[in-house]
Amino acid sequence: MAETRKKTTAKAVVSVNGAAPKTTRLNVLKTYKIFINGQFPRTESGRYYPLALKNGQTVNVCLSSRKDVRNSVTVAREAQEKWAGRSGLNRSQILYRIAEMLETRREQFIDELQSCGETLAQAERELNASVDRLVYYAGWCDKYTALFGTVNPVASSHFNFSTCEAMGVVTVVAPEESGLLGLISAVAPIIAGGNTCIVLASEKMPLSAVSFAEVLATSDVPAGVINILTGQRKELLAHLSNHMDVNAVYLHSKDKAEHTLVEELAALNIKRSVCEYVADWFDAKEENPYRIQQFLETKTTWHPVGI
Amino acid sequence: MAKKQDKKHADSASDKAILDFGKAQNYTPAPESTGHIRLKKQYELFINGTWVKPSKGVYFDSVSPSTEQVLARVAEAGAEDVDKAVKAARKAYTEVWSKMPARERGKYIFRIARIIQERARELAVIESMDGGKPIRESRDVDVPLAANHFFYYAGWADKLEYAFPGKTPESLGVAGQIIPWNFPLLMAAWKIAPALACGNTVVLKPAETTSLTALKLAEIIEESGLPAGVVNIVTGAGATGAAIVNHPDIDKIAFTGSTEVGKIIQKAIAGTGKKLTLELGGKAANIIFEDAALDQAVEGIVNGIFFNQGHVCCAGSRLFVQEGVAEKVIRKLTDRMASLIVGDPLDKNTDVGAINSAEQLKKIQEYLKIGVAEGAEIYQPTCSIPTKGNFCKPTLFLHASQSHRIVQEEIFGPVLAIQTFRTVEEVIEKANNTPYGLSAGVWTDKGSKIFNLTSKLKAGVVWANTYNKFDPTAPFGGYRESGFGREGGLHGLLPYLKLS
Repeated sequence: MAETRKKTTAKAVVSVNGAAPKTTRLNVLKTYKIFINGQFPRTESGRYYPLALKNGQTVNVCLSSRKDVRNSVTVAREAQEKWAGRSGLNRSQILYRIAEMLETRREQFIDELQSCGETLAQAERELNASVDRLVYYAGWCDKYTALFGTVNPVASSHFNFSTCEAMGVVTVVAPEESGLLGLISAVAPIIAGGNTCIVLASEKMPLSAVSFAEVLATSDVPAGVINILTGQRKELLAHLSNHMDVNAVYLHSKDKAEHTLVEELAALNIKRSVCEYVADWFDAKEENPYRIQQFLETKTTWHPVGI
Repeated sequence: MAKKQDKKHADSASDKAILDFGKAQNYTPAPESTGHIRLKKQYELFINGTWVKPSKGVYFDSVSPSTEQVLARVAEAGAEDVDKAVKAARKAYTEVWSKMPARERGKYIFRIARIIQERARELAVIESMDGGKPIRESRDVDVPLAANHFFYYAGWADKLEYAFPGKTPESLGVAGQIIPWNFPLLMAAWKIAPALACGNTVVLKPAETTSLTALKLAEIIEESGLPAGVVNIVTGAGATGAAIVNHPDIDKIAFTGSTEVGKIIQKAIAGTGKKLTLELGGKAANIIFEDAALDQAVEGIVNGIFFNQGHVCCAGSRLFVQEGVAEKVIRKLTDRMASLIVGDPLDKNTDVGAINSAEQLKKIQEYLKIGVAEGAEIYQPTCSIPTKGNFCKPTLFLHASQSHRIVQEEIFGPVLAIQTFRTVEEVIEKANNTPYGLSAGVWTDKGSKIFNLTSKLKAGVVWANTYNKFDPTAPFGGYRESGFGREGGLHGLLPYLKLS
């Protein structure tokens, strides 16, 4: 993407200098926007931050605001009940569809990962692992309740069972160093379990996150289920953690002070908080159903047995 | 006797069916087009990823039970062909499938699921042409469930260690699978999907009257790029099945069919170390309590026994109605039956399609005679049935009793034997008084009664205020002479694994 811009600029310069251009066609460049409620607005704040790419080009990335967070929470809340109400099979097929769409856009993602600093081999590996991770969690959507649900042999004459339910709306501070695989590894288990989320993308590597939103927009993911913001972690961390209509917060960070901040703010409304740091998202241990479970509630139902 | 009863049947029909719409009920035909499907004139055996002629050169016809037309000629696999298929499956197992990372195995199965979805209409139309079931059922039940079954088990392929904590699950090797004619594609999916997800390779034999969708599935498997020999499909009748069961290099047999054949298979493999699962016959009790929502219950009775012409091992073929509402339920039931449309399986209005084969129709007709001779009162609606093809009117037997053969034996047709009961204890006793134990239905508005019955009925599946529901995530299978092992859900993995 960025390389294309470079070429185009070079051609334009030739043209201005009066030499006959070999081609008159100017490439159309992509605006990197945020993703709220299935649409691609710019941040309501109108702000941006410049992101220098490896090839020397610079793109303008939305610097999302507290208001963007709040708007996202509203739509995520609206979408949540319906999303959780879909059958496991249906959520499974939608996650699989995301994988299909991501795979078909692999060239674009590999290109963008490279422009954010990866080698071709690294970018290919990350794309492959990202697609496979989506397929992995697609497979869990209609299975985790069979692992985490139980029928409880209570001593009285009751049929007693525990099932899993989504927690609700989850805010996600995505891994900073793994722009695509880290984001997918954090988000896929959350939505697999029927939650909806607001994701703050990696500040240094936001391009894949924005392009991933374009994948989501063409994957039958209902509007509002995943909302993706770009911006500064320092600015938005507190807003993502203290919102009173958010049920859980996921923070990926090396910084213990950030963990403390999020955990303290989570206490405002007894948010569930998961703060961690994963050094290697390629590690097979990092994909498991317990990543779904940590954003589930357990509901136990009692029913009498008798005449 | 039979003649006299036929006359009586005509009388009871006019007596009982208050809602007889006569000609006003004649729907404009709405047949599904057959233009979209691709059927070859002749099908070979699908062995080692290619289409192979049968070594003895024998073929048989696959005949439509509704039009009696020959749809295609199908190869009959002999023992040599089965051996070839087992060798291909063994080679594919040893060299490719058992070595492939589980994740990649899963991705092949996802592909199969997707292609079934893409080709859903073609499969549904062929299923109805070849097997006789109403297009509404093949389109809305068989084909989507088959696709979903592959989709579900695809996801298990790389997650097996979570299903059996503390154990290391390992594949078995080559699975020989023999399936019946009542849900041809769906049964193929139930068999193949978990086998592949667990890392086994497969030799599958469809029933001789319904080979076509299994062969279309072979095409889909080819299209998916699944490595050669991982799934082999050999067509034929009982002798082909026997060659699979008795082949020394097969590690597991999965059979769905009659209890009679199930017993022969269980005996045949005794001492060989082959792992076995059997999904056999049934004679399910469908129990209606006085406090049930009766209109819903009547729909459940109709669905329970007339779904797929009653060719369902878990069909609710014994109806138990609590005495206080018996008259009302039977009146509502006969009224409802008056609106059932029996006819062209491809017509979207059809409720009850064609009986799968002339042989099966003959068997059902014999049971109708037996029921009458035993003293039960027969009732059939006045609906017309096509003059050509194998058709049977939906049938009730009133005043049936426990000792009647129509109550004890599996008819596998649209024939319901009705009894009444007074107490919970009595109906549990009666419901369990059968060698079978596949399924049961309970209709009551009282939840505590449901759970009381589910705990006391000797059946692998109990439907409460619903009937004939199936889902890839829900284990299905029987108690007692209805077989052992479960298909579907986490439990459905176990028959295809050894745990060490």
